[in-house]
Amino acid sequence: MSKGKKKSAAAWLMAAPLYIFTLVFVLGPLVYMLVLSFLQRAEVWGVTSQVTLDNYKNILTPVYLRTFAESFRLAVTSTLLIALIGYPFGYFMAKLRGGWKRAAMLGLMIPFWTSSLIRLYGWIVILRSGGTLDKALMALGLTQRPLKLLYTYPAVLVGMVYALVPFMILAVYSSAEKMDWSLVEAARDLGASAPRAFFTITFKLTLPGLLSGVILTFIPSMGLFFIADILGGNKVVLVGSLIQDQLNQAHNWPFAAALSVVLMALTSLMIWFYRRVTHVKELEGIL
Amino acid sequence: MDNDMILELQDITKSFGETQVLRGISIGIHRGEFITFLGSSGCGKTTTLRIIAGLEEPDSGRVILEGKDVTALAPNKRDVNTVFQSYALFPHMDVEQNIAYSLRLKRVPREEQRRAVAEILEQVQLPGYQKRMPSELSGGQRQRVAIARALVNKPRVLLLDEPLGALDLQLRRQMQVELKRLQKRLGLTFLYITHDQEEALNMSDRIVVMRDGRFQQIGSPAEVYDRPRTAFVARFVGSANILRGTAQAGPGGTMLLAAQGGAVPFLPGERAVAENSPVMVAVRSEQIRFEKDGKNGIPAVVKEKSFTGGMLRIAFAPDSGEEVVASRHGIDLDLHPGERVALSWDPAAAVVVEEDAG
Amino acid sequence: MKKDRSLFPRVYLAVVLGVMYLPILLVVIYSFNAGRLSSVWEGFSLHWYQVLFKDAAIFEALRNSLVLAGLTCLAAAVIGTLGAVGMQRLQSRTKAPMEYLSTLPIMIPEIILGMVFMAFFSLLGLPFGMTTLVIGHTAFCIPYVFMLVKARLVGLDKSLAEAARDLGAGEARVFFDITLPLVAPAILSGMLLSFAMSMDDVIISIFVTGVEVNTLPIKIYSQIKFGVTPEINALCTLMLAATVLLVLLSDLIGRPRRRRGADREKKQEVTQ
Repeated sequence: MSKGKKKSAAAWLMAAPLYIFTLVFVLGPLVYMLVLSFLQRAEVWGVTSQVTLDNYKNILTPVYLRTFAESFRLAVTSTLLIALIGYPFGYFMAKLRGGWKRAAMLGLMIPFWTSSLIRLYGWIVILRSGGTLDKALMALGLTQRPLKLLYTYPAVLVGMVYALVPFMILAVYSSAEKMDWSLVEAARDLGASAPRAFFTITFKLTLPGLLSGVILTFIPSMGLFFIADILGGNKVVLVGSLIQDQLNQAHNWPFAAALSVVLMALTSLMIWFYRRVTHVKELEGIL
Repeated sequence: MDNDMILELQDITKSFGETQVLRGISIGIHRGEFITFLGSSGCGKTTTLRIIAGLEEPDSGRVILEGKDVTALAPNKRDVNTVFQSYALFPHMDVEQNIAYSLRLKRVPREEQRRAVAEILEQVQLPGYQKRMPSELSGGQRQRVAIARALVNKPRVLLLDEPLGALDLQLRRQMQVELKRLQKRLGLTFLYITHDQEEALNMSDRIVVMRDGRFQQIGSPAEVYDRPRTAFVARFVGSANILRGTAQAGPGGTMLLAAQGGAVPFLPGERAVAENSPVMVAVRSEQIRFEKDGKNGIPAVVKEKSFTGGMLRIAFAPDSGEEVVASRHGIDLDLHPGERVALSWDPAAAVVVEEDAG
Repeated sequence: MKKDRSLFPRVYLAVVLGVMYLPILLVVIYSFNAGRLSSVWEGFSLHWYQVLFKDAAIFEALRNSLVLAGLTCLAAAVIGTLGAVGMQRLQSRTKAPMEYLSTLPIMIPEIILGMVFMAFFSLLGLPFGMTTLVIGHTAFCIPYVFMLVKARLVGLDKSLAEAARDLGAGEARVFFDITLPLVAPAILSGMLLSFAMSMDDVIISIFVTGVEVNTLPIKIYSQIKFGVTPEINALCTLMLAATVLLVLLSDLIGRPRRRRGADREKKQEVTQ
C-alpha cells in the first residue's frame, strides 16, 4: 500500500465512528421523519403504508394554522425582547475591562449553567397568585388583590425571555469581543458622530452575533413546550406542545412528523438566510 | 555508484493540482557537505526538502539515501531530520522531552537519553536548559533547541527549512556562523533552504539556485557569484545589471557589446560567442562606469540618485533595455536626473550569461 | 457627563443580572422555610432537606442522570474527537455534507430531535430506557465536542505533527504524543458542556426514556407540573450549589492556562 493510502486509511478509521453514528442516528431518523409525514395513520396505533398529503393539508386547517400563528407570534415577541435586553448586555460586557469583565462573565455563567427547570421554577414562586410579586405590589399599595399572573401569556413570555436571553448575550458578546475598536475611533476621527459611528461600524460588525442570537433564541422558542406547560398551564399552545400532544396523546405520528418537517424547513430557511447575510458558516457564540 | 554521494535526487517531478512545482530535478549531494537551495518563494525549494524528508511524495523520480531507494518510505523510517521554519517545538513538552523525543521512540535507555540531551545542549550552547518550556524561550533559543532536537539522532542528512527566517538581522548573522561551525565539528551533511543570498554565500560549500521548479546553476559560492550562468542567477545572487546587445569582434581577444550606437568591450570567457549574434552580459553595480556627456559607451539618462546603506546609488535608463544601477562610495556626486551619460565597464568585470533556463 | 456615560453600562449589567438571579435566590431562600408554602416565611428549618434525603425516587433519578451524563460525555468525547481529527486529514467529497449533518442536532429544535428519535427508535424496535437516552443525548453532544476540537486543530501548527513524524513517530504515536495532548483542553471543555447539557435536558429525554427510567430533570418537571412540594426547593438548591462549584472550578482551571497562552503570544510577537 502506498504511503498516501495508508495515511488516509488511518483517517477513515478515525472518522468512521462519527460517520456511522451520524448516518444511523441523525440522517436515519430525519429521513424516517420525512417518510412518516407522507404516510397515513392507522386506525388506532401506528401507520399504514399508504402515501398521502393529508398530513400537510391538515396543518392548513384553521385550528392548527392558528397554533402556528400564535407560536410564531410568541417567538417573534420573545426574540424581539431578548434582542432588546441582550444586545446592550453583550455589547457593554465586551467593553468592560479586566476584572469587571471576568466578574460579569462569571455572573452570567452561573444562571447559564443552572438547570432551566430550576430557573423557571423560581418564576412560579414569583408569579403565582399570592406569590412574591403580588406581595410586593400589594405591600406598595399598587394593587389590592392578587393579579393571577401565572398561567397567562405574559408569564410564558417572561419565561421564554428569561430562559433564552443568555444565548443572545453570549452571541453578541463573542462578536463584539472580536471587534477592532480602533475602527470606531477611526470613524469618529473621520467626523462621524457617536450614534453614526455606532450604526455604521459597531452595529454592522456585531450583526453576525445579533443574527446568530436571533436564531439561537427564535428556534427554541417555537419548541420549548415545557415553558408553556409550566408557566402557561394549557392556555398557550406552541407548535412544540402540539407536536408533543400529537405524539403522546393522539398517537398521530404522521401528523407530528409533518409538523416537524414544516418547523424544520422554517428553521433551515432562517439559518440559510443567516449565512447569506453574514457570510459566516458557523453560528456566532454557540460554543 | 559514487560512494561519496550520501543523497541523490533523480529526475524528480511534483505537481499540486494544476501547478507544476518541480520539473525534473537531479542532483547528488556529498557526504559532509553544506549545500544550500537558494530561490525566491514558490521556486520549489521547500517542496524539494519535504520530498527528501518524506513529508511529500514525488509524482515521479527517485530519492536515494546512502544507495537505498527511500522514495516511498514514510518520514519516520528515514535517517534524515528536519529543522522546521516555525521550529515546531512541542509546546506541551519541556526542552529535554522535546530533544529526547526521537530517542524515546527508539527506546534508548533513560540514562543514555539524558546524557545525549545534555551533550547536544552543550553543542548548541544552551547547557542547563533541560527543564524550560518552549514558551519560556526566546526566538534564538527555540531555534537552537529545534536544531538540537533534529541533531540528537545523528541523522545522515539534516534538512533546514529557512531556520533563521524569524530572527532579527544581528542574531541571524551570529547563528549563521554558529551553524557553519556546528556542521564542521559534527561532520554532518546539511541541506539548507533559504531565499537570502547573503546567507547562502556565507555558509555553503555549494549553492543550488532554483527557479520555477528547475535548477538554474549549481556551484560553489564563488562560482555562482562571480560566474553566474544565467541572467536570473546574476540578478538574484549578485544583484547584477543585465546588458543586452550584439557581439562584435574587438581588439586583442576582446569582443564588443554593441547597443544603441555605443560599443563596450568584454571578455567572452569560456563561452563561445558568435559574431553578430545577440549577447547578454552581467555587470555588478560597483563595476559600472559612467561618463557625463561621454561618447564611449552605451547612451543613457540619469533617472534618480539615492543614498542607501552607506553607498550612493544611481539609476540610469538606457535608451532601450532595462534599468542599470551603479553604486559608489560617498555621499553625493555632481550628477543630476535628466543628464546624459555613456555607460561602460572594465572588460574583465563583464560576464556573459545565458537566457534563463526553462 | 463623561462619568454618566461610563456608569450607565455597569448599572445596566447589574440590573439585568439582578433580575436573572432573583428567581434563583427565591428558590434557595424558600428551601430553608419551615412552612409548606413557597410564599409565606415561617422561619428557618432544614426540614425539607431531611425529606429530600429520605426520598428514594429522587436519588434513583439522580443516579440515572449521572450515569446518563457520564456515558454521554464519554461517548461524545470519543466519537467527536476522533471524528474531528480524522476528518481534518480526509480528502473526501463526503466531508462537507458529513460535517453539516453531524452538527445538525444543535441547529434544529430539540422538540424535533425528540420526536424523530422516538419514532426512529420504535421503528428499530430498541427498548426505551438508558440505551435510547444515551444515544439521543450523545447525538446532541457530539457537535459541541466536534466543533471545539475542530477549532483547536485549525489553530494548531501543522508542522508539529510533521516534526513528530520526521523524528520517527508513526501515525498512532503522533496522535497520542502530539495531537491528543494539544487538543485536550478542547476535549475537556466539550465534555464539560456535554455533561451539563445532558444533566439539564428535558425535552429529548421525555421522548426517548422508558417507563421505568426517570432522569432528574424529568422528575423535577413532573413534580413542578403536578403539585409542588418544597422538597423541590431543597433539591434545586443543592443542584445550584453543584453548578456554582463547577463553574468556579472551571474558571479556576481555565485561568492559569489562559495567562500562559497570552504570555507565549506576547513572546512570539517580540521575536518576530
